[in-house]
Amino acid sequence: MREPLGQARQEYVRVDPGRGLFKVSRRAFVEEQVLAAERAAIFDRCWLYLGHDTELAEPGAYLTRSVGGRNLIFNRDAAGEVRAFLNSCPHRGMRVCRERKGKAKYFQCFYHGWTFANDGCLKDQPGAGSDYGEAFNRDGGANLVAVPRLEPYRGFWFVCFDRNAASLADYLGGAKEYLDLTADQSEAGMAIIGGTQEYAIRANWKLLVENSYDGYHALTTHATYLDYLKSSVGSLAPVPIDGLARDLGNGHAVVEYTAPWGRPVANWIPMWGEDGKREIDAIYARLAARFGAARAERMAKKSRNLGIFPNLVINDVMAITVRTFYPVAPDYMEVNAWALGAADESAWARKFRLFSFLEFLGPGGFATPDDVEALENCQRGYCNAAEAPWNDISKGMLKNAPSVNDELQIRAFWTQWQTRIGTAMPAEGTPA
Amino acid sequence: MSALLSRPEIEDFLYHEAGLLDDWRLPEWLGLFTADARYEVPSTDLAADASPDDNLFYIADDRFRLEQRVARLMKRSGHSEHPRSKTRHLVTNVRIAANDGAALAITSAFAVYRTKDGITDLYVGRAFHDLVADGSGLRIRRKRCALDLDGLRPQGRISIIL
Repeated sequence: MREPLGQARQEYVRVDPGRGLFKVSRRAFVEEQVLAAERAAIFDRCWLYLGHDTELAEPGAYLTRSVGGRNLIFNRDAAGEVRAFLNSCPHRGMRVCRERKGKAKYFQCFYHGWTFANDGCLKDQPGAGSDYGEAFNRDGGANLVAVPRLEPYRGFWFVCFDRNAASLADYLGGAKEYLDLTADQSEAGMAIIGGTQEYAIRANWKLLVENSYDGYHALTTHATYLDYLKSSVGSLAPVPIDGLARDLGNGHAVVEYTAPWGRPVANWIPMWGEDGKREIDAIYARLAARFGAARAERMAKKSRNLGIFPNLVINDVMAITVRTFYPVAPDYMEVNAWALGAADESAWARKFRLFSFLEFLGPGGFATPDDVEALENCQRGYCNAAEAPWNDISKGMLKNAPSVNDELQIRAFWTQWQTRIGTAMPAEGTPA
Repeated sequence: MSALLSRPEIEDFLYHEAGLLDDWRLPEWLGLFTADARYEVPSTDLAADASPDDNLFYIADDRFRLEQRVARLMKRSGHSEHPRSKTRHLVTNVRIAANDGAALAITSAFAVYRTKDGITDLYVGRAFHDLVADGSGLRIRRKRCALDLDGLRPQGRISIIL
């Protein structure tokens, strides 16, 4: 029997507001029962990022993607409508689509030859006229199964496996403001650029949540990246990493700050030369004309690391990365990361965006490999959890306005995590 | 125009390159490259000849960034490779795709083993070397490593040089 965790719930997140202490149990990163509870209370309940509008450029376009432990077909049907199906044949469950992406009017399961239109409807199966009754698919039970919920926000499509969940717009809440700051960067819209960085980290997925908007680690973990920035222009731009963290509600959080790196929209650095300055000035002027000086300044000059609960990261930094990741085991996650750019940007801007992306981001960049090293060594450290049981997430807790270098954003995640997981864990001493 | 180089001579050059990498003699390895050199690893869902100017790669270094990559890997603060991993670069199936005496296009198959902290990861794929032959020998103008993998799973990173 499952019941609220009650007393034992304190075991995973321990908060002492008076002393400014926020502790997370290292058992939350290693226990199988925690992962099982996360699947039930988080990945089966929350809105999860599926993909971007621009990945389905035309009717018939499709891709297959693993989301929340399911394998999905994400496609645009013949009428242009975006859809998402569980990639399992209604007949025997085989994956109907075995390609990663492409364009198709029909999906055919090769096992017995059932064929589906790209709106999911069964079109034909061998023996259709003779071996099945006329009423066979009258209730649609032999069509591809659509995901329970599929909704977009500003080109970002999300699925939810909880039919009764609140709308995506309500779920995103305060995060919408920050998605807008990214989505508004071009009148032509933003687009996913070709090429996916697919990788894995031998660490618990929540470590990457924390790391993705953790300003505190930059100086030591990313010392060599900062050295590179200094070398690239002779000296580091006199812009400190400075700004605030915000709890956006529902477990979403963001840090927004100034930083010494260049931004394709639109913060010029000397490394980009005079041609680049003309390009960046023009992009900036367009923002100012569309949104006014203050918002243009914010969009162009501030970097933002946005975490949407549970596992979508949109870091609008020296380039924009859209990143999502799933646990395969307590100590192993799979990561997908894409680059997002202005759909209408020039060849120069696209090239420098990607150059900028790769200097920091991704498994071959000058920074992400050191994050991977850090996360994997956190995970290794948790073998000592019995005697050394607590992570500390207290930084800035007693401040009125915690900064990008504090840990408010990470506390926002864990607070929501505890709320959701608390009802999904078996009580201490109760067999699951 | 110099005499055409034979495959064994080209293989010797590639083995020499592999040896420098496995010995972590990275500044010497960098010395094999031309002043306009590039080093590239496309993402695994891209075609082997995709352009890094409009596609997201894992690595797309120009000469400057390649120098910086080497400098980073030689520092103690390049945490991912400190302590250093052990690597072994295997190079085989060497073919000469083009050779006019001055410019050569070489393809080969590679398997790179990286061992650290008790875990051995394998990177396998096809390498494209654009070489130039001048009076002093061969130099690399472009090295592209196209991985035969569906993502870096479980490898997680390309913190060594392939």
